[in-house]
Amino acid sequence: MATFFAGLFYLAAAVLVAGLAVRIRQYAGTPAPLKIPTTPAPTTKGGVALRLVREVVLFESLFKATLWTWLFGWVFHAALALVLVRHLRYFTEPVWSWVAFAQPFGVYAGFAMVAGLAGLWARRFLVDRVRYISTPSDHMMLALLVAIALSGLAMKYVAHTDVVAVKAFFLGLMRFEVRSLPADPLLALHLGLVAALMLVFPFSKLLHAPGLFFSPGRNQADDPRERRHLAAWAARLDSK
Amino acid sequence: MADVTAPPLREFPVPPAIQPDAMAASQPYVATEKMQEAIGFPGKLVDDWHDKAIAKMGELVGKYRSLRVYLDACVHCGACTDKCHYFLGTGDPKNMPVARQELMRGVYRRHFTLPGKLFPKLVGARELTRDVLDDWYKYYNQCSECRRCSVFCPYGIDTAEVTMAAKEILDSVGYGQKYTNEIIGKVHKIGNNLGLPGPALEDTLLGLEEDTLEETGADVKFPLDVKGAEVLLVTPSADFFAEPHVDSLIGYAKVFHAAGISWTLSSHASEAGNFGLFIGNYEQMRAIAMRIREAALELGVKRIVVGECGHAWRVAYSFWNTLAGIGSGADDPFARMLQSQLDHRYRQPTHICELTWDLVQKGALVLDKEANDHRVVTFHDSCNVARASRMGDDPGGQFEIPRALVRAVANRYVEMRPGTTHEATFCCGGGGGLLTDELLDLRVKGALPRMESLREVADRHGVNFMATICAICKAQFTKVLPYYGFNRSMVGGVHQLVSTAIRLGAKQ
Repeated sequence: MATFFAGLFYLAAAVLVAGLAVRIRQYAGTPAPLKIPTTPAPTTKGGVALRLVREVVLFESLFKATLWTWLFGWVFHAALALVLVRHLRYFTEPVWSWVAFAQPFGVYAGFAMVAGLAGLWARRFLVDRVRYISTPSDHMMLALLVAIALSGLAMKYVAHTDVVAVKAFFLGLMRFEVRSLPADPLLALHLGLVAALMLVFPFSKLLHAPGLFFSPGRNQADDPRERRHLAAWAARLDSK
Repeated sequence: MADVTAPPLREFPVPPAIQPDAMAASQPYVATEKMQEAIGFPGKLVDDWHDKAIAKMGELVGKYRSLRVYLDACVHCGACTDKCHYFLGTGDPKNMPVARQELMRGVYRRHFTLPGKLFPKLVGARELTRDVLDDWYKYYNQCSECRRCSVFCPYGIDTAEVTMAAKEILDSVGYGQKYTNEIIGKVHKIGNNLGLPGPALEDTLLGLEEDTLEETGADVKFPLDVKGAEVLLVTPSADFFAEPHVDSLIGYAKVFHAAGISWTLSSHASEAGNFGLFIGNYEQMRAIAMRIREAALELGVKRIVVGECGHAWRVAYSFWNTLAGIGSGADDPFARMLQSQLDHRYRQPTHICELTWDLVQKGALVLDKEANDHRVVTFHDSCNVARASRMGDDPGGQFEIPRALVRAVANRYVEMRPGTTHEATFCCGGGGGLLTDELLDLRVKGALPRMESLREVADRHGVNFMATICAICKAQFTKVLPYYGFNRSMVGGVHQLVSTAIRLGAKQ
């Protein structure tokens, strides 16, 4: 089992990193020929950075759009961030002090994450407009995340796993050594689902994460009168 | 034409229940072979439209980062589902921005993404069948590209970019829309959307001079093709004769007269509107913008000022510098040719509201606010001005400057309900190339959210004048107001109010 998961995680990490790198290069390499920020927009690069930070940290636009979706979405993402921070303890020795500090919050965040996901999922059944636009993959993605969270929580509160051994396994992976992994079905489920998430990430709607940073509606400064903005393919028209 | 019905106004607007296919019968006339070919598109649907359309989609995804990112990033969160005025007015789920995008996104997934190729059903990927192509034609012609949804999208996904790409693809396979493409042909050939030739324009302007002289006793000029004038005014051609548009044109002329600014219109560039935007075609948009550059160079003007027109101001403010070098800050020879001629102490281009407001602040105009006392005024933010441009130096100037101007010329001013103004303003229902009679039912229904907030201020505060700075808004409201029990003359331009208040000859 240890060999299987070692191989799986090397593959998943490679696909995640390479897949995202390809996507980001593709986004960065595609020209944006026109200035199309949604106005009112910041007029400077600093202002744009601040706008993006507000979008990433606070989900500003979603807040303006619908409070319920914002609440569930924000709680889920914030909880996920805390949970990820908490999991850094399995990859660092000694554990960084700020990770240790976040540990208790990270545990409760697991519940918040499930609550947020449940809210988001409920909308897909209860709101006719959202039901209409939901595809099977939308449900599967939510199911995957819920299953990851629940299997993780189960290991904490229902059937303990030997986390010391798990940590040894991952520290080993980082040094390209395959060490043993507890033969625990919950752990196998949890790790398998996480690997699946990493594998689908670069090919799915989870691309909304890098997408935001490349969205011309949000990342362009509002200065078209002051500066001439010209894409290479458009510049060629000038010399015709 | 289908029956035109206005939905009832609701006191507490909540999103309607979805009614699939409610607007499946709504579509504009298809452009004729002659109109299509006149602007370089195939005359009718080509035999290999499927492959051509997919190839065009691939090309656009490579040329526009917006399209590529927007087709990938959506998570179907639903934030936009109750934001579109056409959805609110019709209940047709394909008028929810995300569902409208999905008409194209499904095909994009099928042809350009791995999961869409492997598991199409799972991710909602679809083949581009004739039915899907027809759905594109119907529902991308039920989007006014107003970008209200993009304000609320957590990733800033802009449905207008998707709609424009769809129209670009449809045009490239010979499935163009009559109203828009016929107008683009006219502006290339004659210089304005109405097809008004130079001599007729000259005649119209002389008539306006006589009328204004009679009304005010002042010799207000409406100059055409005057070389060496300081200002080139580019305004929507509807301003030359349509009601209430022409009252704003008279307003601009009075402002120039009172401030002693020499100005001219151009018969070569007698149109601020640029319908190339509506079909998302860069080359068409550029060719139309180039007429203004050519006119400015020919006439040797120092400033370029744009009249009251929403999408025109978007193109002028956001795109002219890019398309034709009309602006500031360029260092390439093409753009410098014009920019070295312009006076950069002024914003280039300048919105007429910016110009008039600057004059008001300097005390250069004599204004009699009481002249507008018979009016209780509200202001309708036009979508392209509100969400795709700016005025003045600070973000949000596009809201503050026209309002400041209205308040400077009228005593009685009321705001409509928050959430229906500023960047959250509702489209009039006629933008984006939909201002055509065969779409009247859609236009009437799309006006519902604006009509509801107007009804509210009309009932509570006696509002009897809705000022706006867009030729399409003016034409659209003039047509649809009666369906909601309003008087059609309730709508007018900001410079119509300026025209009423301004006193000529009182100050030297």
